[in-house]
Amino acid sequence: MSAIVTLVTSVMLGIGGVWAAYNVNMLPVSASTNAPVYDELFRVLFIIGSILFIGMTALVIYSLFHFRRRPGETGDGIDLEGNISLEIFWTAVPAIVVLFVGLYSYDIYDRMGGMQSLSSHNHENHMESNAERLWGGIGSGPIETSSIDQSSSLPIELTAMQFAFIFHYPKGDIISGELHVPVGKEVSLKMESKDVIHAFWVPQFRLKQDVIPGQPTILNFTPTKSGNFPIICAELCGPYHGGMRSNVIVDEQEDFDIWFNQNAKETISSL
Amino acid sequence: MTSIAPKEQSSEKEVQTEEHEDLRLFGLIAFLIADGMTFAGFFAAYLTFKAVNPLMPDAIYELELALPTLNTILLLASSFTFHRAGKFLESNKAKDCQKWLLITGGLGVAFLISQMVEYFTLPFGLTDNLFASTFYALTGFHGLHVTLGSIMIMIIWWQTRVPSGRVTNQNKFPFEAAELYWHFVDGIWVVLFIILYLL
Amino acid sequence: MTISIQPTNNPPEKLQPKGWLKYFSFSLDHKVIGLQYLVCGFLFYLIGGVLAGAIRIELTSPLSDFMPREVYNQVLTLHGTIMIFLWIVPVVNGAFGNYLIPFYVGARDMAFPRLNAVAFWLIPPAGLMLITSYFINGAAQSGWTAYPPLSITTPAAGQIIWILSVLLLGGSSIFGGINFIATILKLRRPGLKLMQLPMYCWAMLGTSILVVLSTPVLAGTLILLSFDIVAHTGFFNPSLGGNVVVYQHLFWFYSHPAVYIMVLPAFGLVSEILPVHSRKPLFGYTTMVFSIMGIVVLGLVVWAHHMFTSGTPPWMRLFFTIATAFIAVPTGIKFFNWVATLWGGKISLNAAMLFSCGFIVNFVLGGITGVALAQVPFDVHVHDTYFVVAHFHYIVYGGSVFVIFSSIYHWFPKFTGRMLNENLGRFHFIITFIGFNLCFAPQHWLGLNGMPRRVAEYDPQFQLVNQISSVGALIMALSTLPFLWNIFQSFFYGIKAGNNPWHALTPEWLTTSPPPVENWEGEAPLVLEPYGYGKKEPIEIIKTEEE
Repeated sequence: MSAIVTLVTSVMLGIGGVWAAYNVNMLPVSASTNAPVYDELFRVLFIIGSILFIGMTALVIYSLFHFRRRPGETGDGIDLEGNISLEIFWTAVPAIVVLFVGLYSYDIYDRMGGMQSLSSHNHENHMESNAERLWGGIGSGPIETSSIDQSSSLPIELTAMQFAFIFHYPKGDIISGELHVPVGKEVSLKMESKDVIHAFWVPQFRLKQDVIPGQPTILNFTPTKSGNFPIICAELCGPYHGGMRSNVIVDEQEDFDIWFNQNAKETISSL
Repeated sequence: MTSIAPKEQSSEKEVQTEEHEDLRLFGLIAFLIADGMTFAGFFAAYLTFKAVNPLMPDAIYELELALPTLNTILLLASSFTFHRAGKFLESNKAKDCQKWLLITGGLGVAFLISQMVEYFTLPFGLTDNLFASTFYALTGFHGLHVTLGSIMIMIIWWQTRVPSGRVTNQNKFPFEAAELYWHFVDGIWVVLFIILYLL
Repeated sequence: MTISIQPTNNPPEKLQPKGWLKYFSFSLDHKVIGLQYLVCGFLFYLIGGVLAGAIRIELTSPLSDFMPREVYNQVLTLHGTIMIFLWIVPVVNGAFGNYLIPFYVGARDMAFPRLNAVAFWLIPPAGLMLITSYFINGAAQSGWTAYPPLSITTPAAGQIIWILSVLLLGGSSIFGGINFIATILKLRRPGLKLMQLPMYCWAMLGTSILVVLSTPVLAGTLILLSFDIVAHTGFFNPSLGGNVVVYQHLFWFYSHPAVYIMVLPAFGLVSEILPVHSRKPLFGYTTMVFSIMGIVVLGLVVWAHHMFTSGTPPWMRLFFTIATAFIAVPTGIKFFNWVATLWGGKISLNAAMLFSCGFIVNFVLGGITGVALAQVPFDVHVHDTYFVVAHFHYIVYGGSVFVIFSSIYHWFPKFTGRMLNENLGRFHFIITFIGFNLCFAPQHWLGLNGMPRRVAEYDPQFQLVNQISSVGALIMALSTLPFLWNIFQSFFYGIKAGNNPWHALTPEWLTTSPPPVENWEGEAPLVLEPYGYGKKEPIEIIKTEEE
């Protein structure tokens, strides 16, 4: 009987968790190739987490209610010091869950491009990697898109300082306080800080990378949705840390080209 | 169930801390492990800096090996002489013990002098570059330990005098503590020598 | 059986001021030191709480309008530092450790009473120094993590005082750790085996091992940082060729284990409280011991999960992801065992029990978000956001602080000989639980949707949720009042507790309340089964005022 109750309860918990994961809006708009992959991971973690949390909470509340000491009741509870098979069971279950989550998130990480060797992104500095180390690198998008010829990615240099982000487009030699990128094109951001540690975060891209002084980092992403998204500094960088924000403006390719050619020092027909 | 097992009572309550065995050496070992972790942190930082941070082009980071090798020999010898002094303390030969303690302290001071000589002949100062800073931080922190150890040895030396000294075969803890500490500092130096000078 | 041998004369070291004055003296009595830690820690908790209140007031509006931005950063730095180093670490380790461990091992005091007093007396000056730095030239502004180069470029005076203060507190912590290891391993009463010790001893043994191994690394790191600030060396200063990421590695090598230094003792305390109030043996003693040691070992090799966005190489990210996720296994075992301890018990729904169960619920949520945060791809979005703030407050407040309250309700009768008012205690639990969850649960959403941590201003779309969170904070602040009233009132007028109001079996209850200086009149009792509930004739539960 109790087994059936447990089964029914866990099935209901599972359904509830899945429903919430798909229907409750907990994340901002997804606007990069990275974001749907992230959202998939989030949903899985959310479902597992909800089941565990609600299950444990229900167990505690049930125990407190069902085994409470009634008025006038004396005596001890049952003499039960342990149960080897139960303990093995709840060592094994979390181990399996954790193993699954670990493998799954490895897969997600790989699909985000986290396992790619950085030197392949980092065409210019390949040879002198000792002199200039580039670290970071998650978020080059799913393997399928990033297998496109690397030279097709749009290189942009980001310099962070207290309290601003400055973007420099080597092609066209544009300097801008806002990041303009075209939809559907991989962007390769090379980031370095002038003073303290900052972080480049676009919630809609589900990406964050520290911008570190003395150690350039690289971040690749491919926007998928046009629009205007915030760039937020996520590492405490001084009094105006909260105000250190900018925008990433994702345009259709034609609009981007217009912006680019209006600002470029030298006109380039197409990127 | 709970059982209250009475033990034979000593007729008079003694000072409580002396009811149990002497744990001071145990405590010291725990402390030395902690101290060793500080050094481990420094070594890890040094090795990471070395692996990751390229030196500035004009930086000098070649170290002469002569003085540090001498230092290593001085410290190793002093560990040996300290041990020797301990043997004499055990056999109640205070005069010989004091003699060897004095030699140990002398070796410690010689180490410090030699370290100073090295400092003053080095072509770089504390803030010249990352390597220089790390070098001075590591050797300086170790030198601080040697200085403390040398002071301890001198105190022990004074306290092993006959007849009024307080460190005897019956009250050996201060001696043992200082000796253990000295061996520890010595061991750290060997690691430091290998990592900093030989690698 | 009672042995009526009066201590004929106090040993010379116990010739201390009598009465309340001893709490302000260099007392060597572990019980006095424990209560000194507890009260001192609580005072700092109130200060840290006021700072938290200031942060929540600032965040009720999206603009930085309540205090100057520099002050805001000082406030958040002090809040973090005080709550960690002056409240939770000293209280879960120092206060309850000092009070209980000698009882549990059957000793009359700690192994090194003088070192113990030194360890305590390092805390008030360090804390006062930290707080006065605010009035001198401004406190440190770089967060409790003090990441360089920010900590090098912000005003030096406050940062240096912060470093000195943390060094003193670290020293205090190391001394305490050495003392606990020696006491637990070497001072056990003859006939008492390690596997017969109450679980809190194991928790403190594990914690102390972490303290001794990791705190010195923080000390060394902060010494290097202070060189950077004072002597202009370049260890962590990139403009002088230094490396900022090395600081983060060294810092987190301590500061991740610090999380276990804050929660493992709490685990131990809960393992003492749950069996007493559910009248059942602690479930799975052996697995509990192994899971503590598993957490200790794993806890030392997971630090870089705080640095997933710091430009760490992929292999490092993966290793630390997996190591971190696996900490969930031993932790999970403990939680299942606690629920199994409740199962089939005769549970008294008193304040101690409620706070412990509140701890279980809160910590499970914090643990789940912790496993999620350990996943690199998940972390790159929410790292350094309010999601993380919510996560670690669920661990340290929902976890450790709930346990501290639970422990105070449980051991107050032993400390003072009087019972706390249970109804007021339950009320305290309910509003703390509601306030806490109202304050921190919405912050998960804030972080996921784009609000970074440590900001004084934010996107206006987050205002409503921030205000909800601030209301929660207000409720939490108010929840302290019934607690303080309860302590004050019960201390003077509470009903007499007797020696063992809970009919508990652990050794501290087998003596008078409050215990004599020597802990026991006569020989220490040999308690071989500290959790032997349900093994004998039903016992009469003492009547407390509400029954």
